[in-house]
Amino acid sequence: MSWFKRAKQNISTDTSKAIDLPDGLWEKCPGCSEILHKKQLDLSMWTCPKCNYHFRIGSSQYVEVLLDKETFKETEKKMRSADPLEFADTKKYSDRVKETIKKTGLNDAILTGTGKIDGKDVAFGCMDFKFIGGSMGSVVGEKIARLADRAYKHKLPLIIIAASGGARMMEGAYSLMQMAKTSGRLAKLAEANIPYISILTDPTTGGITASFAMLGDVNIAEPQALIGFAGPRIIKQTIGRDLPEGFQKSEFILEHGFIDMVVSRKDLKSQISHLLNYFS
Amino acid sequence: MSKNVLDFEKPIAELESKLEEMRKFADNLYIDAEIKNIEDKVVNLKESIYKNLTRWQRVQLARHPERPYTLDYIYLMTENFLELHGDRYFKDDKSIVGGFATIDEYKVMIIGHQKGRDTKSNVYRNFGMPNPEGYRKALRLMKLAEKFNKPIITMIDTPGAFPGIEAEERGQAEAIARNLFEMSKLKVPVLVIIIGEGASGGALGIGVGDRILMLENCWYSVISPESCSSILWRSWEYKEQAAEALKLTSADLLEQKLIDRIVPEPLGGAHKDHQTMALTLRNVIKEELSELIKIKPEKLFENRLEKFGKMGKWID
Ligand SMILES: [Zn+2]
Repeated sequence: MSWFKRAKQNISTDTSKAIDLPDGLWEKCPGCSEILHKKQLDLSMWTCPKCNYHFRIGSSQYVEVLLDKETFKETEKKMRSADPLEFADTKKYSDRVKETIKKTGLNDAILTGTGKIDGKDVAFGCMDFKFIGGSMGSVVGEKIARLADRAYKHKLPLIIIAASGGARMMEGAYSLMQMAKTSGRLAKLAEANIPYISILTDPTTGGITASFAMLGDVNIAEPQALIGFAGPRIIKQTIGRDLPEGFQKSEFILEHGFIDMVVSRKDLKSQISHLLNYFS
Repeated sequence: MSKNVLDFEKPIAELESKLEEMRKFADNLYIDAEIKNIEDKVVNLKESIYKNLTRWQRVQLARHPERPYTLDYIYLMTENFLELHGDRYFKDDKSIVGGFATIDEYKVMIIGHQKGRDTKSNVYRNFGMPNPEGYRKALRLMKLAEKFNKPIITMIDTPGAFPGIEAEERGQAEAIARNLFEMSKLKVPVLVIIIGEGASGGALGIGVGDRILMLENCWYSVISPESCSSILWRSWEYKEQAAEALKLTSADLLEQKLIDRIVPEPLGGAHKDHQTMALTLRNVIKEELSELIKIKPEKLFENRLEKFGKMGKWID
């Protein structure tokens, strides 16, 4: 299974929540502390067989999870940040981008393209949390806009997997405007009655939730993902009291009416396939 | 002398209070000449200070507690304001106000963030930080304007959407996202004016439009300089550097082609002269509306997509 190989290359960087045990072949489940072999995790799409904890995985792994084998065709592969503000904090943003590209093998925080799900053509985008926290700057915004345009032009259902801490600070107001840009393009798609399925994974917060991630015709979340506008730390600081158990988790968001369903990674493809059949 | 004097305003305030003192004794020619001399000094000082403000100083002006807020502008520059309340789902959010108004021949829907001026009114207005019902009220009013073919003016002045438990429970993110989506499609002109603070999604939530204007001493960015400092520098102490790095002033945003026009403020800032500021803005609004109403309704959506589509910089 090609999914094994692909997943393996990226293991140490993909799973920021995972704790590497000495020989590098075992992972401790943050959900139930079970020690799991990486082969076992590969087989279960990086979910814990015991407690269903969902490890964070990268965009290339989601391609394997969702799309039919060898159907993915990447678009805007080379697009990268132009550092429009020549931003620097303790580090230059341009250096940060360069280093992240080198470390992750990705050019920015989203992978876009086309592919098939059970034989049905789709436009597909997937964010990568490991690229500067999956943050949305000009590149992510523009790639989503072009993906939506491609979906519009070829009448393809659009599927976007969100995994992001929010907008990218280092591009200032440019990043903010990507929220309007992406939402506008989705409005155009909606006018043409082309379905858009939004998949929210851990974490989906800030400007991502407050734009394209909440705008699906159907919003689906993976179990136990952190989903919200403000981060829990900021809310706690602002209100000065502890947050309730399960606050801002997928199940909480479902209960409050902002997503349609919580679906385990293992069932994601069949559920989406089912939805696509319905829409067609 | 005003109670709210910013550090960089102090030299001016000192000269001005000296002037005030002298005017009390202005009964001989010698003092008259001296007064004239100091008056000139004040003007020169103001010009040099306000031309060379740092970005952080502009942020402070944008937050000046005596700065005019949405309702001040509404009362100073529109007629027949009729405030409308409530989102029809949950409650009436006091940090976003809106209603019908007229500006000369224009019947408009005017909507904006509203801050309070003292502790009590700030608590009432939640410091200009809306909950989801604020964005939903704004959208309801915009749809109402669309139904009756009236142009919309939105005024942005918020330190951000409120980060609270209930705000999350009621879908703060969804409310903002929905507004971005729906505002893109509105079939009436939308004129957006940043009048103070434009903090992130909480600002943009009423900020999608056909023309985006910014008063001279405002800031608009993806994050406040303080929060940016705390995240990237891991300390609250780097707000000045963060403000510089974020390039968040009106001049910056015009250069970045993210806004269309800067509205000049009276010397020293809008808080120095509410009347003049409101009059300037009223004239600018009339000018903008006269152009906007010429655009065919069916072109507005397309134009907005193109406008926001161009925003950003990337290497292909
Ligand atoms: Zn487990």
